[in-house]
Amino acid sequence: MKRVVFRSWWLPYLLVAPQIAVTLIFFIWPAYQALESSLYIEDAFGFSRNFVWFENFRQLFDDPGYLRSFRTTLIFGLSVTFLSMSMALVLAVAANRVIRSATTYRTFLIWPYAVAPALAGVLWFFMMNPTLGIVAYWLEAGFGYDWNHYTSGNEALIMVTIAAAWKQISYNFLFFLAGLQSIPKSLIEAATIDAASPARRFWTIVFPLLSPTTFFLLVVNLVYAFFDTFAIIHATTSGGPADATSILVYRVYSTGFVGQDYGSSAAQSVILMALVITMTVIQFRFVERRVNY
Amino acid sequence: MVENRPVLKILTHVVLIAGIVFLCFPVWMALVASTHPGEALARSPIPMWFGDQGVENYTQLLTGGVPATGGVPVALMMWNSLIMAVGITVGKIAISLMSAYAIVYFRFPFRMVFFWLIFITLMLPVEVRILPTYDVVAQLGMLNSQTGLILPLIASATATFLFRQFFLTVPDELVEAARIDRAGPLRFFWDILLPLSKTNIAALFIILFIYGWNQYLWPFLITTDQDLYTIVMGIQRMVNVGEGLPIWHLTMGTAILAMIPPVIVVIAMQRLFVKGLVESEK
Repeated sequence: MKRVVFRSWWLPYLLVAPQIAVTLIFFIWPAYQALESSLYIEDAFGFSRNFVWFENFRQLFDDPGYLRSFRTTLIFGLSVTFLSMSMALVLAVAANRVIRSATTYRTFLIWPYAVAPALAGVLWFFMMNPTLGIVAYWLEAGFGYDWNHYTSGNEALIMVTIAAAWKQISYNFLFFLAGLQSIPKSLIEAATIDAASPARRFWTIVFPLLSPTTFFLLVVNLVYAFFDTFAIIHATTSGGPADATSILVYRVYSTGFVGQDYGSSAAQSVILMALVITMTVIQFRFVERRVNY
Repeated sequence: MVENRPVLKILTHVVLIAGIVFLCFPVWMALVASTHPGEALARSPIPMWFGDQGVENYTQLLTGGVPATGGVPVALMMWNSLIMAVGITVGKIAISLMSAYAIVYFRFPFRMVFFWLIFITLMLPVEVRILPTYDVVAQLGMLNSQTGLILPLIASATATFLFRQFFLTVPDELVEAARIDRAGPLRFFWDILLPLSKTNIAALFIILFIYGWNQYLWPFLITTDQDLYTIVMGIQRMVNVGEGLPIWHLTMGTAILAMIPPVIVVIAMQRLFVKGLVESEK
């Protein structure tokens, strides 16, 4: 807290006004609207609407499609997180060992951060295209495997998972590298003198010290996979085939804009908001604690 | 490292190079595809090395676009993306600086209410409250406008917290000195605090520029006017050309063009970018 502050009764209000205006108009008001319309059922033409309490929510949880979408989201989120974090950790450990040409390696490893999720999706969509994609060709030529994400739901899910993980590796890499570099060299040296092998040093010293970074990345990656991957899905599979890649955030969009079912879309929004709030709170409590270290 | 193990050293480089190959390969394929005529990409296996149509393909993209998807020149889409990205970046930085300054350097009624209001925006990604936000923008008559593209995405809790954090580390003596010299709050902000925040602003600029350039859902929903298409969203229309097959050589050329500006920003400003990223997420 500042001891010395300026005194003015109007200036601070003027300064916060733009931020508060944008927040109220484009964040709080729509969020309130979502809460409100989640309690109504509106007819398709918007002529009338009825207050129905939690009917929209009840219908959602009775809908096998919605429950399947929960499962899809969970599988997708966990796979993306696991894939991108494990590969990033391996790369960060390797990059941390290299002294010469470290910057060159880093440059080549961080650039995918700048690639839009939609583009990551389109790139892998092209590579895995059943008729001319190079990966599909290799699978056919090498293993006799007939890849087709247009008909196989599992293959479509694998494709979007790879695209989403590919894009996220560089982000995780940077945080792991920063975490590794903050571990005191003297600890590693002491263990080396005690003749601990590199693998043993990693599991008994380095990895436990990285756990705050790992936990932070876990939350951030799940949030990324749940929400920021909308573009990947929308630009490539459009939730298909047969809803196999229709994750929760995609459903909010498809129910509302394509299906025109506002009440249900709003109810889904509310459920997702609760999910983000929970994850943000976990993240902040944890970050608070880390600051006190 | 602390000891000498040649095998481990070789393994380290092998791992790094394998990682780089995995990350670069899709872009390599896109780059190669964009230099071939359309027919070369009609049968498998597709070529792995450059063709001779690169100049023609990119010229057509930049000036004429893809006819099957309305023929919006990619140069125009890139210009729209640039306006949107810079608009969002400058807007976010400006309003975050102002509100962080008010919250740190003034004591006023409802200060904490404002603080929490800003904090809440962190929890409401646009994808989640998409329908009502669209309605609000429609009611304000902002569909199909640059304002509608930029304004709703401008509030930023992260940027506000970052500046707040930084302002709290600025020594109180500076404010005292400024007051003794009879500088008012605006003068102090402009002449002392802003120059001190230069590095933070620059680092944040890079991250927010990428965020703005890569926006997808929002421009997709609120622009139906072709003159406002942004490149990342325009590519969606090239991939989903109804019943027909995507025009892969031109689509991949567009993908390459769409990633050039943000990738250059990240590579050229690596140090600032890393600083901004690691700090803003703390």
